[in-house]
Amino acid sequence: MIYLELFLTFLKIGAFTFGGGYAMLPLIQSEVAAHGWLDEKALVDFIAVSESTPGPFAVNVSTYVGAEVGGVLGSLCATLGVVFPSFVIILLIAKCFERFRESTIVKGCMSGLKPAVVGLIGAAVISVGKTVFIHDGASLAVFADTSFYVSLVIFAISVVLAFKKLHPIIVICASALLGVAAGYLPI
Amino acid sequence: MKNSKASTYLRLFITFLKIGAFTFGGGYAMIPLIQRETVEKREWITSDDILEIVAIAESTPGPVAINAATFVGYRICGFFGALMSTLGVVLPSFLIILAVSFVLREFESIKVVQYAFSGIRAGVLALIVKAVWSMYKQCPKNACAYVVMVAAFMLTAFFDVDVLAVIIGCALFGLASSLIVAKGTKR
Repeated sequence: MIYLELFLTFLKIGAFTFGGGYAMLPLIQSEVAAHGWLDEKALVDFIAVSESTPGPFAVNVSTYVGAEVGGVLGSLCATLGVVFPSFVIILLIAKCFERFRESTIVKGCMSGLKPAVVGLIGAAVISVGKTVFIHDGASLAVFADTSFYVSLVIFAISVVLAFKKLHPIIVICASALLGVAAGYLPI
Repeated sequence: MKNSKASTYLRLFITFLKIGAFTFGGGYAMIPLIQRETVEKREWITSDDILEIVAIAESTPGPVAINAATFVGYRICGFFGALMSTLGVVLPSFLIILAVSFVLREFESIKVVQYAFSGIRAGVLALIVKAVWSMYKQCPKNACAYVVMVAAFMLTAFFDVDVLAVIIGCALFGLASSLIVAKGTKR
């Protein structure tokens, strides 16, 4: 039953993601890959789409994966799944939020989760980096491939733009233009 | 009385629909807009509540946008308020991405689009690197945090350990170490 599977998988993703935005990426990567729903390249492409459309990344990605796997009903199940845990948890703790936040258990867990998220997104850099730079398996031939150097240059320029605090959409547009230019240049 | 409640539901729904439709990147990018709409325009909540929402989003699982919408909705109108505002914040991305998922496939075979996406992938990698950096800056910096950071990174990137196991393990490690520290200071 694909709809139940979508719902439960995204329920898990919603329940175990702490912090906004890309904190969710490593868990999505591993779940989506484990089910064979979307390859890494398609997922990275979709990150760009998500940055260029409104709304939270979590909702965008669950809707997209759901639609790719199970059509409109699939996207509905996946989105409901990702929203459900936060909705229920907030309702449960809304009345005793102060006590919840100040509790030693929550504080203790968060002291482990915050650095964990940094490490996890760091790991996402490695796996996304592989799809960006290495096209046909890891070997020394990678360095003979011009597309490797093209990607490297685009990556370097994008890093500069991103750290200059330009809006992500500008970074994506710039890298798209560079990609198109590189594609049509005789190199 | 009944009428005014219904109109509050509607207003909650529309306000969060607007927030969902006009925030690019989601998550923390949404906080200023929530502040403007719910504190300055509607006076539903105070700016102290906004700080509380940020804190709540940081210590509960799930996307920040959903946490915030549910929390504000519940504060103002109980369960159905929470339901309306969460529906509102999710609906725009859901519909937009659903539409995108139908056309994205059509564009994929076009040469220019392929070149653009090969550039965009490098740009997305840069955005993720930036995300690691800003998460790192917000993270507490002590010996324990660095151990967790490196362990989470190595286990996920190079040892293929299940991401969920890493998340739970890091939370438990944080809990255990903070309990030990608390015991030490009591003595």
